[in-house]
Amino acid sequence: MHLSDSVLDHLRQVVALPDLTGTRYELESEIGRGGLGVVYAARDIQLNRRVALKVMDAALTGEAELIARLEHPGIVPIHETGTLPDGRIFYAMKLVAGSRLDLYLDASQSVAERLRVIRRVGEALAYAHSHGVIHRDLKPQNLLVGEFGEIYVMDWGVDRVAGTPAFRAPEPRLDQRSDIYSLGALLAFVLPRAAPPALEAISQKAMSADPTARYPDVPALLADIARFEDGLPVQAWSEPLWHRLRRFGSRNAVLLWLVAAYAAVKFLLFFLRNL
Amino acid sequence: MNKILVGLLFGLILGALDGATAAFYPETRGLVGGIMVGSSLKGMLVGLLSGWFARKVQSTMWGVLLGSALGLLFAYLVAANDVINGRHPYLEVMTPGFVVGAIVGFLTQRMGTPVAAIKGEV
Repeated sequence: MHLSDSVLDHLRQVVALPDLTGTRYELESEIGRGGLGVVYAARDIQLNRRVALKVMDAALTGEAELIARLEHPGIVPIHETGTLPDGRIFYAMKLVAGSRLDLYLDASQSVAERLRVIRRVGEALAYAHSHGVIHRDLKPQNLLVGEFGEIYVMDWGVDRVAGTPAFRAPEPRLDQRSDIYSLGALLAFVLPRAAPPALEAISQKAMSADPTARYPDVPALLADIARFEDGLPVQAWSEPLWHRLRRFGSRNAVLLWLVAAYAAVKFLLFFLRNL
Repeated sequence: MNKILVGLLFGLILGALDGATAAFYPETRGLVGGIMVGSSLKGMLVGLLSGWFARKVQSTMWGVLLGSALGLLFAYLVAANDVINGRHPYLEVMTPGFVVGAIVGFLTQRMGTPVAAIKGEV
């Protein structure tokens, strides 16, 4: 019997699909592939709801246990973990509708919106760090922007994850400061081409090759971003005088206009009197 | 520092500075001390009310509008009760009073601790 290429491809795909016999899930479609496994959309038959099912390539339970410990609006909650008949580990989590950060960001997004994304990611990261968990592979492809603008940090790392070169810290042994490096790289990624120098400096400081030259923790980095947003000087950059004056001017534009108006009124009154 | 105190402080300082400009005019040079005191009191009154308003409403625009309206009102009352060279100095007192009121209104909005933060600290 002769099988066409398309039929063979289909058969290969069917064989590659995980066997969910004995679980409460029904497979729908593949929605993504990562370094450690494949994510499928599935239906929870018992609760009649759609979930995301991540099937790990290797017998790694660490990742699910790791995330299950974390309860944060920026971290996708785990519903259940289990083992497939072929021995692979799977875990079911909330199915989030949205788009990946690299697809979400286009030229129309404002700097404020880009910084909001970084802030939300940073908050989730700071929370995880406070629980002793590090991400290890923070990159735009691991960030999801939900329908209502909510940000989810996904694919929390396990020891085997090597990280993605452009976002990975140079040190061989990854720790919390390595995540700070990745957050700095993410900031550089989301910034528009002509970004304010203060934001570029924040990104550069976070991405210092020497981990001790980076921000000591994520809240310190977020605080510097908040200072920028409030029109205050940032720690990462000693700004030149003209820039400081310009920042003061834009921060206090109304006050300067009022003082100028007062001076103009006084001058006018003085000269009108002498006419 | 709470917003009423901010209003009082800036009303006092800006009112005194505004009053001190009377020294530029020969007819009021001799009265500059009294004008400064009166102008400071006027500024403090505007600052007090603007500060109280800033505790209730957090809006730079409304703060500036209220401050300028109060500045204009109190400056009118001062000018209406004053006669220099046989006429009321409405223009000379009300125009700067209007702008100084706006500045005080602006500063009470931008500076000082809002009520919510004060309550949160307790």
